[in-house]
Amino acid sequence: MNPDIDTTVDTAQPQGAPPVLAVRDLRKRFAETTALDGVTFEVRPHEVVGLIGENGAGKSTLLKMLVGLAQPDSGTIELRGERIKMRGIAQAGAAGIGMVFQEQSLIPNLTVAENILLGAEGPAVVGGLYRWRELRRRAQVQLDKIGSEISVDAVTESLSFADRQLVEVAKVLATEERTNAEPVVLLDEPTSVLDRDETEVLFAQIERLRTRASVVFVSHRLDEVLRVSDRVYVLRNGRTVAECVPGDVDEATLRKLMIGRDLAGSHYDEERQLPAREAVRLAVRGLTVKGVCDSIDFDLHEGEVVGIAGVQGSGREELCRSLFGALSSRSESVTMHGRPLKVRSPRAAIASDIGYVPAERRREGMVGSMSVAENITLPHISEVCAGPLLQRRKERALADEWIERLRIRTPSASAPLGSLSGGNQQKAVLARWLVSDSLRLLILDHPTRGLDVGAKTEVYQLIRDLTADGVSVLLMADSLEELIAMSHRVLVMKDGRVTEIIDAPAGAKPTPLRVLEGMV
Amino acid sequence: MAPARLGLAPPETGRAAGSPRPSRRPDRATILADFGPLGALVLLCILFAFLSPQFATWGNVRNVLDSASVLAVIAVGLTFVLLLGAIDLSIEGVMATAALSVALLVANSRNDLDFGFMGVLAAVAIGAGFGLASGLLSTGLKIPSFMTTLGMSAIGIGIATVLFGGVQPALRSPELAEWASGQWFGLTRLTYVAVAVVLIGLLVQRYTRLGRYARAIGGAEELALLSGIPVRRYKTLAFTFAGATYGLAGVMVTTQLGSGIVQAGVGQNFAAITAAVVGGTLLSGGRGGVLHSIVGVLIVTVLVNGLVLIGVSPYVQGAVQGVIVVAAVVITAWPLRKRLRVVK
Repeated sequence: MNPDIDTTVDTAQPQGAPPVLAVRDLRKRFAETTALDGVTFEVRPHEVVGLIGENGAGKSTLLKMLVGLAQPDSGTIELRGERIKMRGIAQAGAAGIGMVFQEQSLIPNLTVAENILLGAEGPAVVGGLYRWRELRRRAQVQLDKIGSEISVDAVTESLSFADRQLVEVAKVLATEERTNAEPVVLLDEPTSVLDRDETEVLFAQIERLRTRASVVFVSHRLDEVLRVSDRVYVLRNGRTVAECVPGDVDEATLRKLMIGRDLAGSHYDEERQLPAREAVRLAVRGLTVKGVCDSIDFDLHEGEVVGIAGVQGSGREELCRSLFGALSSRSESVTMHGRPLKVRSPRAAIASDIGYVPAERRREGMVGSMSVAENITLPHISEVCAGPLLQRRKERALADEWIERLRIRTPSASAPLGSLSGGNQQKAVLARWLVSDSLRLLILDHPTRGLDVGAKTEVYQLIRDLTADGVSVLLMADSLEELIAMSHRVLVMKDGRVTEIIDAPAGAKPTPLRVLEGMV
Repeated sequence: MAPARLGLAPPETGRAAGSPRPSRRPDRATILADFGPLGALVLLCILFAFLSPQFATWGNVRNVLDSASVLAVIAVGLTFVLLLGAIDLSIEGVMATAALSVALLVANSRNDLDFGFMGVLAAVAIGAGFGLASGLLSTGLKIPSFMTTLGMSAIGIGIATVLFGGVQPALRSPELAEWASGQWFGLTRLTYVAVAVVLIGLLVQRYTRLGRYARAIGGAEELALLSGIPVRRYKTLAFTFAGATYGLAGVMVTTQLGSGIVQAGVGQNFAAITAAVVGGTLLSGGRGGVLHSIVGVLIVTVLVNGLVLIGVSPYVQGAVQGVIVVAAVVITAWPLRKRLRVVK
């Protein structure tokens, strides 16, 4: 580790032209987590600025603020020397900041021309009526700027992803005429779904963009960031921790900066990590999810935690969902205890003693309007039924038991789950699977997301207790640190394939850097 | 191995850092949805009692309960469909077919059939059949329920028209006539039928998987799927149960009228949805229940009754009812408006 590297933040240095966009000390706290904790950076005219950071470092929150989708608690955003406050994308666009979204924001059933000028038709609409010729002409001007040959009359959904991305760029450039100034273009993970050739085309486009705009390039592909950026800012835990110039740093240095010093403390309960048992519980061979995961092999032992490391789009979520039957897949063989495991639906997975805690707790993990007890018994309702009738007293007793065991803080078992704090909600979601005595495999997708430190610790302890009882766990985690600390082995995925499997025994954990190598 | 599992050691850091104990009070949205309609019903009654001396008489209370009975039976079934987050527009068609079926299957003026009570059961079963068809079409072909049920309604009206055949079948069954006219303790037997259906509805809602799963599916369908709930089966079941209640409602109307007519269910679909929503069973699914809907039924019925008593023209009453629905939707959805970002 290189401790002095943290002190390289000095964004205030005036250098050449005044910045187009200057962000100073942005802070934002959500209910239980600090998303941004002092982000400072600036973008100068005709510059391409790279922005990197781990998942959860605050990149997406920052981008949202720059286009008015989120408001900072404190700190300022200055555009061409003027402090601005934006409420919504429309205002950001009017000011000359536009974002090219990772999940695209074009309306698929409209034409390219309509999309480029959507909401900013100007003289192309007179008296409430579209003047199609003017609309097409103005859209063509934008497409010419980027030298694209896409037809303005094409229906957007008929275009390839790469072409749609260019249309988004053109849409951002359309702000130029309105503001009479060069726009700031935010590119959020623009290469994540492009193939190699398309990526090259995009890079050429970025070079072209530079002549008439400033660009912020957000990516987790460090080689790309180093290639296209004039300067790179590193975010960590919601803070700008470094500003680098690509010529002076290499990928390894950037990785170190992204992760920071190892903060792994005792709260992962590492000494309680028992060696996994000999017996193989789950053996996966050649598992393929069309377009996402490609022939994945791994074993999971009894009492073992296997952590899956990978950036977004690496296919790890899909791998887990397919093992739970929520996504269809093909495979050479998947066996549990040596017997073929056929999981065509979550229902079948549950019958095979598999449990799944999704990352999107509010949407997929719980029914907020139903009580704690009702949420806990949902997949195992037959255990509290006598014939066709629910035995509410029995249900309540079961819920009370788990509320006590997991120390779920709730006024009562009949309180709506939505009224509890995030940590307690998550414990109830976990309890749902623990209720079954025969649980053998638990798939945890970011089980500590959005929880505070105390609640996280409780979840870690729960995982340790489960594995001590022989339950096997597949884990995806918010930070690499957490993933490595909790896992016996780490499965590293990149672009839908397993790049390596790293042992992580207690006391001899690999460094996050070592894991990151296979990821990006 | 289970009981031993998780003899958790107290977390050292977790306790102090834990979040404050959640308050015991349910949030404002829940209070408003649960008790607002009841309050509105009480206010409405007080208001009409002031405006009309006849309103608060035993005779009128009996009137209200009698006229609420058909709508109450419909609302019980509809509630389960709404809990799912689906909608049912087949009520009028199902009631029409059920009305004609029962009129032709019991002693009547058109044919020599006389199946008695079995005829009633058959009409209810026909209603359930319509619900089953709506449910299977919605879940199997993934067609939105408003389309399938609207289609079912048209089919029901069509079948009823064919059965009607231009000659109105009049009931010749004294037992069935007794349903509408005979009284126990001053209330018609239909009122007791309605009370029984409401009780069955409550039982289904609170003590069976159908009730529980309907709320889970309406609350978060993805979670229901990920919890291994056979979502399609329970959706279909809810539609079937609802269809059976519409069938029964068709029978009830036929006993009141003394003959089977195609128009047996006219206006009931709108009235039932109004009642459910006014009572706090949200169209977005997951919230409300049988009791909510019944309070809504009473509000709608009291409103119609009261407006008649204070002399408002029947031509205006429909519009007043419409205003009430919109107002009720705005009020119940107000605390949720931030969550309803996109409405189509």
